[in-house]
Amino acid sequence: MRNSLQLDDQGRLRHFLCIEGLNYPLLTDILDTAESFAGVTEQSVKKVPLLRGKTIVNLFFEASTRTRTTFELAAKRLSADVLNINITQSSTVKGETLLDTLRNLEAMHIDMFVVRHADSGAAHFIASHVAPHVSVINAGDGRHAHPTQALLDMFTIRRVKGADFGRLRVAIVGDVLHSRVARSQIHALNLLNTGDIRIVAPRTLVPAHADALGVHVYHDLEAGIEGADVIIMLRLQRERMQGALLPSEHEYYELFGVTEEKLAAAGPDVTIMHPGPINRGVEMDSEVADGPRSVILEQVTHGIAVRMAVMSMAMHRREEARA
Amino acid sequence: MTSSHTPRPDRIRISGGRVIDPASKVDEVLDVYIAEGSIAAVGAAPEGFAAEREIDAAGRVVCPGLVDLCARTREPGQEYKATIASESLAAAAGGITTLCCPPDTRPVVETPADIELIRLRAEAAGKTRIVTLGALTRGLKGEYLSEMAALKKAGCVGVSNALRPLANTLVLRRALEYAATFDLTVFLYPNDHWLSANGCAHEGKVATRMGLPGIPEAAETAAIARDLALIEQTGVRAHFCRLSTGRAAHMVARAQFDGLPVTADVAIPYLYLTEIDVRGFDSHCHVIPPLRTTEDRQRLRDAVQRGIFSAICSDHQPHEPDAKLRPFPSTEPGISGLDSLLPLGLRLVDEGVMELGDVIHRLTAGPAQILGLSCGTLAPGSSADICIFDPDMTWQLDASTMRSHGHNTPFTGWEMKGRVTHTLLAGRVVHLL
Repeated sequence: MRNSLQLDDQGRLRHFLCIEGLNYPLLTDILDTAESFAGVTEQSVKKVPLLRGKTIVNLFFEASTRTRTTFELAAKRLSADVLNINITQSSTVKGETLLDTLRNLEAMHIDMFVVRHADSGAAHFIASHVAPHVSVINAGDGRHAHPTQALLDMFTIRRVKGADFGRLRVAIVGDVLHSRVARSQIHALNLLNTGDIRIVAPRTLVPAHADALGVHVYHDLEAGIEGADVIIMLRLQRERMQGALLPSEHEYYELFGVTEEKLAAAGPDVTIMHPGPINRGVEMDSEVADGPRSVILEQVTHGIAVRMAVMSMAMHRREEARA
Repeated sequence: MTSSHTPRPDRIRISGGRVIDPASKVDEVLDVYIAEGSIAAVGAAPEGFAAEREIDAAGRVVCPGLVDLCARTREPGQEYKATIASESLAAAAGGITTLCCPPDTRPVVETPADIELIRLRAEAAGKTRIVTLGALTRGLKGEYLSEMAALKKAGCVGVSNALRPLANTLVLRRALEYAATFDLTVFLYPNDHWLSANGCAHEGKVATRMGLPGIPEAAETAAIARDLALIEQTGVRAHFCRLSTGRAAHMVARAQFDGLPVTADVAIPYLYLTEIDVRGFDSHCHVIPPLRTTEDRQRLRDAVQRGIFSAICSDHQPHEPDAKLRPFPSTEPGISGLDSLLPLGLRLVDEGVMELGDVIHRLTAGPAQILGLSCGTLAPGSSADICIFDPDMTWQLDASTMRSHGHNTPFTGWEMKGRVTHTLLAGRVVHLL
């Protein structure tokens, strides 16, 4: 069912909702296409005319700066017209249902929705109710998926470590329970046949049956990152203290915060990643975040190319995009 | 009232059907004789009986009208979802002649007037009997006791706090003691509200994968353990509603073995669906308690078969379409179940889970006994509430042709076997296929 929702009958992207349901060739195809766009974003004239005349709406039901901005830039570099709608402050407050909001925007002949919503499954819901010519890109739904973030992470790993994920050990450290980013990363890493995927967190932040996701679970940071080629840190939300999931930021930092000292356990060429925004002194030290092994800012840059790839492919402009 | 201007045939003979009445341990081809709204005889005709109407039931099953332990009609308060009139029709078409409504209407059922209102509307509809549970605490707020003696006098068949939490364990203890004073059965929905807070799916592999906030098994079992301790201490008669986990079934079996006065039921969707059905974010599978694992489903089936659960109910919750047209976690939980209660029950026979007589027991005498009602049997002298169905007729469930006002069902497209041809309420034909 998922496959048929996000892929057309020739197996091409129609919507981009989650990593699950994609296949290896399609995933690498997106990454290759993103590679071709990375060149564009580094030129002095940063535009290609692939989506000229198309209208894209960033429909954000949850606050976001980084993701929304990079989606907006990606759309503009494809020459599309972009509209940003922040629903947390508009229609739903007035009692309009999600479907009504959608119908109203559709009536304005929108070609693509980029959606972020606090409910898991929101992007699937919207994709199954939009008009046939409209594409939906998931920019984060609840705890479920954040597939473009996972892809830009894979893109970054591939650039730094090469395309053979089979020899990589990747450790994801932090609040996996509430993280849509971690779920999408885990699916993407599995699809790319990553040798060893680990999650590292106290039991309160590990979802039930996490091993069924295809990961090894560690509760000790140094054991979990031992020999790691890549460490991906997750953002820790303040409200986790109120939910009795953690006693304090201090204790979390003591046990799971990454410092230069603890990094000694990882591989010598370890790469440090974080989807942002960083809580310095909680998930990691500034020394690590700003150090030579950190690719955190590259991740942001790559986000634009990856989103350009996904948007253009979902609009069936893939062939032209590659040309 | 419909019943007053519909002429009631005094004497009916239902001939040639396979009569299954688990309460009387009857299962054979017999004639049923009805006079003045009651069962006059089963088998040989009473002396001098001359039927004014004959119902040919050859090839059909004749059983007591079904007793549904839990169905929400949404009236009063949520008539945009359904009404007593609309759901009475659906019940009659499904062979259900007695419905028990939980007290979480708007306003909640907490005064004799609330019970009277529902009774009068049900009588006006004239298609099924509706009994009600009264509120266990005032406004179901879990703080102050309701006027249970008055509720009992007005005819409520038990008390319950439905799905609402109680403020603390002491309030629960006092409520159980007070209910026991008046010999009222307390209907408990075991759910630890702290453990299940914000959850919308079983905390397991599927919810983890889909990022749906989970409801752990312990939300149910922790509540049952606490409740059982208080039941033992207070001596109240208690019924556990809508159990969803195998472990809960085991706990109830142990308590029954130990001689505690506890009964339990399961809602029929839980005997078919599991957490896996939530994949694809199908909001029709959003139910509370959540659909659990395939192992739980098997253990629930075992518990029904062994009689640990002496009733199967529909847990009917009709909704307007908009209630399900949202992202999964924001949809309203519940399935519209009156239309599919009997056919899904019969499917248990086809799937080899239990014998036909046992299925009918769980849908008639079992729930009637829990409610302390005399219905659910064809014993001479009882009210002629009868369901006649063709066990071989196949049909497909289609949301658009459902009788209930709520079309929210995950069973759309399922091949159903067994269809009600006649429903009689107190000797009056209230449904005819």
